[in-house]
Amino acid sequence: MIEAIRDAMDVAMGRDEKVVVFGEDVGFFGGVFRCTQGLQQKYGASRCFDTPINELGIVGAAIGMAAYGLRPCVEIQFADYMYPGYDQIVSEAARLRHRSAGDFTCPMVIRMPTGGGIFGGETHSQSPEALFTHVAGLMTVVPSNPYDAKGLLISAIESPDPIIFLEPKRLYNGPFDGHHDRPITPWSKHDLGETPEGHYTIPLGQAAVRREGSAVTVITYGSMVYVALAAAEETGVDAEVIDLRTLVPLDLDTIVASVKKTGRCLVLHEATLTSGFGAEIAALVQENCFFNLEAPIVRVAGWDTPYPHAQEWAYYPGPARVGAALRELMETR
Amino acid sequence: MTGSLRFHVPEPASRPGGAPDFSNVVIPEAGSVDRPAVDVDPKDIRDHAFSIIRVLDRDGQAVGPWTPPLGAEELVQGLRHMMTLRAFDARMQMAQRQGKTSFYMQHTGEEAVSCAVRVALSPGDMNFPTYRQAGLLIADGYPLVDMMCQIYSNERDPLKGRQLPIMYSSKAHGFFSISGNLTTQFIQAVGWAMASAINGDDKIAVAWVGDGATAESDFHAALVFASTYKAPVVLNVVNNQWAISTFQGIARGGAGTFAARGLGFGIPALRVDGNDYLAVYSVAQWAIERARRNLGPTLVEYVTYRAGAHSSSDDPSAYRPKAESEGWPLGDPVVRLKDHLIAIGAWSAERHVQAETEITAEVIAAQKEAERFGTLHAGGKPSARDIFEDVYAEPPPHLRRQRQQIGV
Repeated sequence: MIEAIRDAMDVAMGRDEKVVVFGEDVGFFGGVFRCTQGLQQKYGASRCFDTPINELGIVGAAIGMAAYGLRPCVEIQFADYMYPGYDQIVSEAARLRHRSAGDFTCPMVIRMPTGGGIFGGETHSQSPEALFTHVAGLMTVVPSNPYDAKGLLISAIESPDPIIFLEPKRLYNGPFDGHHDRPITPWSKHDLGETPEGHYTIPLGQAAVRREGSAVTVITYGSMVYVALAAAEETGVDAEVIDLRTLVPLDLDTIVASVKKTGRCLVLHEATLTSGFGAEIAALVQENCFFNLEAPIVRVAGWDTPYPHAQEWAYYPGPARVGAALRELMETR
Repeated sequence: MTGSLRFHVPEPASRPGGAPDFSNVVIPEAGSVDRPAVDVDPKDIRDHAFSIIRVLDRDGQAVGPWTPPLGAEELVQGLRHMMTLRAFDARMQMAQRQGKTSFYMQHTGEEAVSCAVRVALSPGDMNFPTYRQAGLLIADGYPLVDMMCQIYSNERDPLKGRQLPIMYSSKAHGFFSISGNLTTQFIQAVGWAMASAINGDDKIAVAWVGDGATAESDFHAALVFASTYKAPVVLNVVNNQWAISTFQGIARGGAGTFAARGLGFGIPALRVDGNDYLAVYSVAQWAIERARRNLGPTLVEYVTYRAGAHSSSDDPSAYRPKAESEGWPLGDPVVRLKDHLIAIGAWSAERHVQAETEITAEVIAAQKEAERFGTLHAGGKPSARDIFEDVYAEPPPHLRRQRQQIGV
């Protein structure tokens, strides 16, 4: 998936000289996760460069560049480091078009590795997507595989709006079903690990059905897609698994069609439960599918605690928890 | 406790009931500060961060190396810009008191700063202003009617009723959309300047902040980025002594001056008499030339005084002596330029009165025109539909649904 993300930036930079890439360690070294490796050598230091350790500065400078007419695609080294730049994202990038009545716009992408499962402790494991989905003017994207990552990132870079692009870092090297004690499947052995060469896009705002099923709809995104698939296989529950891909704008039609078909709904994310994006999904399902529901909507999410280090697997909503929730949901009459 | 530590909270020299005291503001003689070449090594002009560059002396004469090459006609034009801003402020402050808008912010005493800097800039350069630089628009010929329609949030408001009064935006006039969150735009200006350099352009950016808001992290981020990338940007700090009720010593702390903040970043820093139109123009022009010649950023501190209230919601008599503005040692920028023009025979008391009458009539005419399109609570208003436009380039489905819910 790292290669797909790098390839997306490479394609975008090759097609449009207004695309610039910068952040902490992204220039000469190519990023701590290697997502920008080789871009400085290929496009020069004025198009791909290192910045001071200052997320406020990275985002703030990118806003000024976007207003000038460039298309910055910046990296925040971990989503956990985003908070110093949050005011710039919320009060500035998100609102510039609206408050200036379109006089100034902010076409930019802020990439951030997100999520846990890498023994990163509380400062390298958070999933802050709900802090962005709550903000008018932002779009929030969470890819779950290399094919989508490349197509969605190219769409994001070409978008006229500011985009938060959250990359589940546990997926960088392969799909992760949540069984931390089992060997990982590399992307090279996965259908969606293949990315076409050159330019292609996946439209923002379109979900994908990863597994068709008739008993229950699991609505999820990012690394939890594979946990949901594993739980469905392991429990034998015929779940339909929806990968949202884009949280805002949300593909409500796909969600509603599926829940109306199955009559049951489980919402799954790694982020903390309370006020998480799952609450929004649950509310929308209730508003749109109430008379089709055969059981209350269930949420499975990270506990409402800081992300622990040693107890990572007790925190992570893995296939055992999701499987138990699926069984319970199927037993509810 | 019996320990020896004592907590320190700085206090201004004088509070209500006391006499104005500016003995701590050391004012050098006009003409006494040297004017270095723009490619000077910042190390060689460190003293400039602690002095005050002044051109107009007490007799209204322009003296010394910073005297700018401005002709009488350009100076009369500058005087008219400042007088227009002052008349505009008076009318809009009154309109706020009459309930025609919710909020207003005056520039009284600070007119020279924005009016003179604008004249030193070129078309295509971009200001990232705060809420007290409307002189940038007025000195660039932006229509007063459009400014007033924005203040009234009426049906002709260029910003469609979305923004707080006076938070103008005009790309065509090099005036970036104002944010009500302080200092956020200081780093954005640096980013804009970096983009101009990346693009091989010749446009420069101008960042603006007040003394109080330099304490924000954004200010420090801006100085780091400007310094690292030698961005073509002028970093302006308007020190008007007061951040609402908080005197500038709270933000300044132990540093000698705000200009001195630049020194640790290797950014040349100048301090200038902000009430001296000629000095402001000259220093801005120096910094702009440096930026345009790819020599990097300059930090400029404009030493001025906020003679009026912070905003229409503020009453300064609650926190500073009533007569403090009369004790301000750098005088009134309008009076000082007027006296200079009279001293050089380019102006007279009669012409000044006549100009005041003309400008007031012009502002009143603009106000009448603007009010034809409504005021905040009366007449034409922006549509409720405008709430939903421009959130994104195209409204996504959830916004279309919400717009339908309110029936627009």
